[in-house]
Amino acid sequence: MESTILTIEDFSAYFGTNQVLNNVNLSVAQKKVTAIMGPSGCGKTTLIRCINRMHELVPAAQVSGRILLHDKNLYSMNPIIVRRKIGMVFQKPNPFPTMSIYDNVIAGYKLNGIRIGKREKDEIVEESLKRAALWGEVKDNLHRKGTFLSGGQQQRLCIARALAMHPEILLLDEPTSALDPKATAHIEELIAELKKQVTIIIVTHNIAQAARISDFTAFIYLGELVEYGTSEKMFTVPKDKRTEEYLTGKFG
Amino acid sequence: MLEEKITELKRELIGFATLVERMIEKSVKGLHEKKRESLLEVIEKDEPKTNALEISMDALCASMIAQFEPKAKDLRIALMVAKMSSDLERMGDHAVNIAESALFLTEKPLVKPLVDIPKMAEVTIKMLKDSISSFIEENSKLAKEVCERDNTVDELKDKILSELITLMSQDPSTIERSLHLLRISGNLERIADLSTNICEDVIYMTEGKVIKHQSKNW
Amino acid sequence: MSEHTLSLRIIKDRGFKTLVILFSFITIVPLLFILFHIIKNGIGVINWQFLTSLPKPVGEVGGGIANAIVGTFILIVMSCMLSIPLGVSAGIYLSERREGWLASLVRLSVDILQGIPSIVMGILAYAWVVLSLGTFSAFSGSVALGIMMLPIIVRSTEETLKLIPEMLKEASLSLGVPYYRTVLRVILPAGASGIVTGILLSVARVAGETAPLLFTAFGSPFMDVNIFKPVNSLPLVIFNYATSPYPSWHQLAWGASLVLVGMVLTLNFSAKLVTKRWKVQF
Repeated sequence: MESTILTIEDFSAYFGTNQVLNNVNLSVAQKKVTAIMGPSGCGKTTLIRCINRMHELVPAAQVSGRILLHDKNLYSMNPIIVRRKIGMVFQKPNPFPTMSIYDNVIAGYKLNGIRIGKREKDEIVEESLKRAALWGEVKDNLHRKGTFLSGGQQQRLCIARALAMHPEILLLDEPTSALDPKATAHIEELIAELKKQVTIIIVTHNIAQAARISDFTAFIYLGELVEYGTSEKMFTVPKDKRTEEYLTGKFG
Repeated sequence: MLEEKITELKRELIGFATLVERMIEKSVKGLHEKKRESLLEVIEKDEPKTNALEISMDALCASMIAQFEPKAKDLRIALMVAKMSSDLERMGDHAVNIAESALFLTEKPLVKPLVDIPKMAEVTIKMLKDSISSFIEENSKLAKEVCERDNTVDELKDKILSELITLMSQDPSTIERSLHLLRISGNLERIADLSTNICEDVIYMTEGKVIKHQSKNW
Repeated sequence: MSEHTLSLRIIKDRGFKTLVILFSFITIVPLLFILFHIIKNGIGVINWQFLTSLPKPVGEVGGGIANAIVGTFILIVMSCMLSIPLGVSAGIYLSERREGWLASLVRLSVDILQGIPSIVMGILAYAWVVLSLGTFSAFSGSVALGIMMLPIIVRSTEETLKLIPEMLKEASLSLGVPYYRTVLRVILPAGASGIVTGILLSVARVAGETAPLLFTAFGSPFMDVNIFKPVNSLPLVIFNYATSPYPSWHQLAWGASLVLVGMVLTLNFSAKLVTKRWKVQF
């Protein structure tokens, strides 16, 4: 039986008076890949942004309900701490353009003013780049700016940057939608490896991708959690009619 | 991800085949050695297991196809494993039939010394074993060779039939027992046929060639 | 379409193109004339003595603009010190907040400020600073110039930062970096080229302003680095020498003009270089 690392309880989210998520209840299993799928605008990106408390950066954003990380409510913690425990990788690769690859990886430490010795820095950079399957390709160019890298490599750099903070959960917001098929395949392989160490929650509008790489899948539609279960069952015998229709391409 | 799933599929199928092999062995041995307990085991314990296994293998194949959208050989593996599992389930049913007839015969004296049936059983069980080996090794050469052995089984069945006909016409009191023996040989022959089905599936899986429903002369 | 109409169209087309190119060429002409004239008249005056000695009273030979150069430098540095922190901060605020009463107010003020004539600035600085301090001073001059620099710095900072994609900010925030650090260590460095360009351009703008300095810095024959004393500057020198009745001083005015124009051109070219070298591509 998998243990639960994150529990989302009666959670709703709003932009002003516009309700975007309605009473979501979800338990995320530890060290597994959970995919969140649904048509555009269904609220899936909002959901993960609520998990790392980026949603509240938008003016007039509101939430109700609880999200518990190991039984501690994320919304009663300091959002800075939350974001250090829960890392995020975005749709479009966004390495810091003024920093070298090396500095990008330890940006989380540098920008936060966390002091660590050079040896430790080197170790973190190497470890994170290795975990992101990028070390071999950049180890001789660590002090060049990251802009010469291809899209797929830049995205792996962003993953390394997030991993350097040793997060417990890694949130991936459609990480491969801006990449070509080969780069996408690389990242999917990477995810399969990473899940052994980090819990992964991935938002995707690509049903085949959700089916391929996830252990558990949640289907969100119009702000509601329609169905949640193991990927094995979800894609062969979905329980809810709306899930069935989504999977067979009737909408979205 | 996909490779792991395929490995799981193969492993489950091998486990299923092993169960069915044991069932056949137990049934024939039970007949030979008049062991009622093993015959009852086949009927009451083993058969429900084969049903459950067939259902779970279906689900496994379906989820593999749904999740991984396999192509070419991987797709053929998924499809053929589903078919093989249903063939194995039928073999299990045939083994149960053998066990039932064997149960009847354990109470009665032998009609004739058991020579051909054990021989038939030996060939049949070897065919099943080898067909599964050809699947594991993806060895279509072995699969083709196993298909040829079906002739031997058919010949043995015909031999048993003609012998028993002679017996029955000479001594009507042997009819009931002979009919059960016939049933056993018939079921063994069906098991051998199903093994050749498995081999045909293996050939399709490895080579993509369909050799079903063709005459057995190649 | 008849042949006649077609060839007429072609002629009109060519005529239009020629006219556009001709007029574009003509716009370069004033600049060429200005540069030519200034260089022709001023080059003879420029020498080491001119650049390093103090002005001499009328009648005496020689004299230079050393204190004017230093004074202009002091004025620029001080007005930067006043306007850059305010201007960049306002620019950051405006780029973050699109709506809201404070943002609208700041935008409005900046727009209006841009339109206030420089001489009015001078008078205001006179009223606030000169009268309160009781003396003309470099400080009052830089107040006037600083306020004039504000709108340009605010605007260029705002526009630069608006161009920086939101996702850069998000990348930093998602690492648990607090907002103020994100601004200081991610956003500002990324927008550095645009902000520096804005500063350079605003300096180029006020370097040659004369009117506000007339009643604030006032000018002086001495070399003085005390900011609470009057100070000489290039535009003032040009004004004083050019409006004097002495031909020798007119010469000096041309020389000072050449130096000033040279300075402004250098600033403009530097701004272009900064944009080219430092600009971050997104």
